[in-house]
Amino acid sequence: MSTVVRAEGLRRHFRGDAEPVRAVDGVDLVVEQGEAVSIMGPSGCGKSTLLHLLGGLERPDAGTLIVGDQAVDRLSEASWARLRRRTIGFVFQAFHLVDQLTAVENVELPALLVGTSRRAARRRATELLDRLGVVDRAGHLPDRLSGGELQRVALARALVNEPLMVLADEPTGNLDSQATGEILQLFAELRDTGQTLVLVTHDARVAATAERLLSMRDGAIVEDTRLDGGLPQQTLLAQLAGWEA
Amino acid sequence: MREAMLALLAKEPAHGYELRQRLAAALGPVGEVVNPGQVYVTLARLERAGLVRGVQVAQSAAPDKKVYEVTAAGREEVAAWLLDSSWPRVAQVEFHLKLVAAAGTGLADPVALIDAQRRELMRRLRDVQRLAESQIAGDDGDGVLLLEGSALRLQADIRWLEACETRWTGRTR
Repeated sequence: MSTVVRAEGLRRHFRGDAEPVRAVDGVDLVVEQGEAVSIMGPSGCGKSTLLHLLGGLERPDAGTLIVGDQAVDRLSEASWARLRRRTIGFVFQAFHLVDQLTAVENVELPALLVGTSRRAARRRATELLDRLGVVDRAGHLPDRLSGGELQRVALARALVNEPLMVLADEPTGNLDSQATGEILQLFAELRDTGQTLVLVTHDARVAATAERLLSMRDGAIVEDTRLDGGLPQQTLLAQLAGWEA
Repeated sequence: MREAMLALLAKEPAHGYELRQRLAAALGPVGEVVNPGQVYVTLARLERAGLVRGVQVAQSAAPDKKVYEVTAAGREEVAAWLLDSSWPRVAQVEFHLKLVAAAGTGLADPVALIDAQRRELMRRLRDVQRLAESQIAGDDGDGVLLLEGSALRLQADIRWLEACETRWTGRTR
């Protein structure tokens, strides 16, 4: 198993009203290939900032960050930007699709940016939309799509360059319960294909699609728990039913 | 389960084994853990209470079997059960009292209890969702609804634990 991301002493402070806010305060984290990891914690605990640091949307004030085999904290902004287009797929709460582009154009955009031919990019984008169940929406602009459809398109976009890891920031935060259920199922399928996933969420159901749960408080990881290896299935079922096994 | 069995018999009479199968079909994977002995014990109790009546039916190639049908009193009981909107007892009250006791006696740290409980519920939620995923993939019928209910309930319980944590953090130390 190879390591996808390794962070050591990662730190990010913001200027606060009185004193600096320690959004991320000395985080050590290793994510192996094929792992699905959730990060939970109260709002303001630094979980989104940590995800942004891992995905290069923000730069750390201190610490080292290795993505694949590259120490990205030492790269120039331009080199890091090139690297992360190929290695990281991002999914946001607010989808962040380009309003003027159709669904399939949104999905193929990151592929075109790394130099994939138009034909190959379109083929790959269409395949992904098909796999995620929205290929019939390929020619629609985002404002014609439902929330669940928008997040499927955004997920296809995140996957188009076959990234080393997919980072998702509250991916169901803007969805109703049915669409949340559908996105849950898609993340579960993605996990089963061995896609490395890091999910930041306040929704326990989303978090429970992962095998590993990190809890954050005040900018630090305070707990790192395996979720697999729980009760034997028969015992679990009996407890759910409220009966003695 | 007593009332559920009675309701299944109110639909049509059955012998014990048939009843077990009907229960299992209604419950999906949760039905796998219905203890066969429990079904027969419950049937005997229902009969003693006058809610079902057992009739011996002769079979040519096998021993006689006992077919159970619902009595008028049993039917009334089912109707009352269906209309009863009470919700099963939940663990919240006991857990809440545990937190109060932990803080009061100093025998445990309430926040540590909350963390441990949340880990446990997260593991369960993970397992329940895995089970539901396999049901959806296999298109295995209505049992998945039951699992979704459990998942939503666990989600709500975990949210409640987060509220407990906010409340108890910093209070005892």
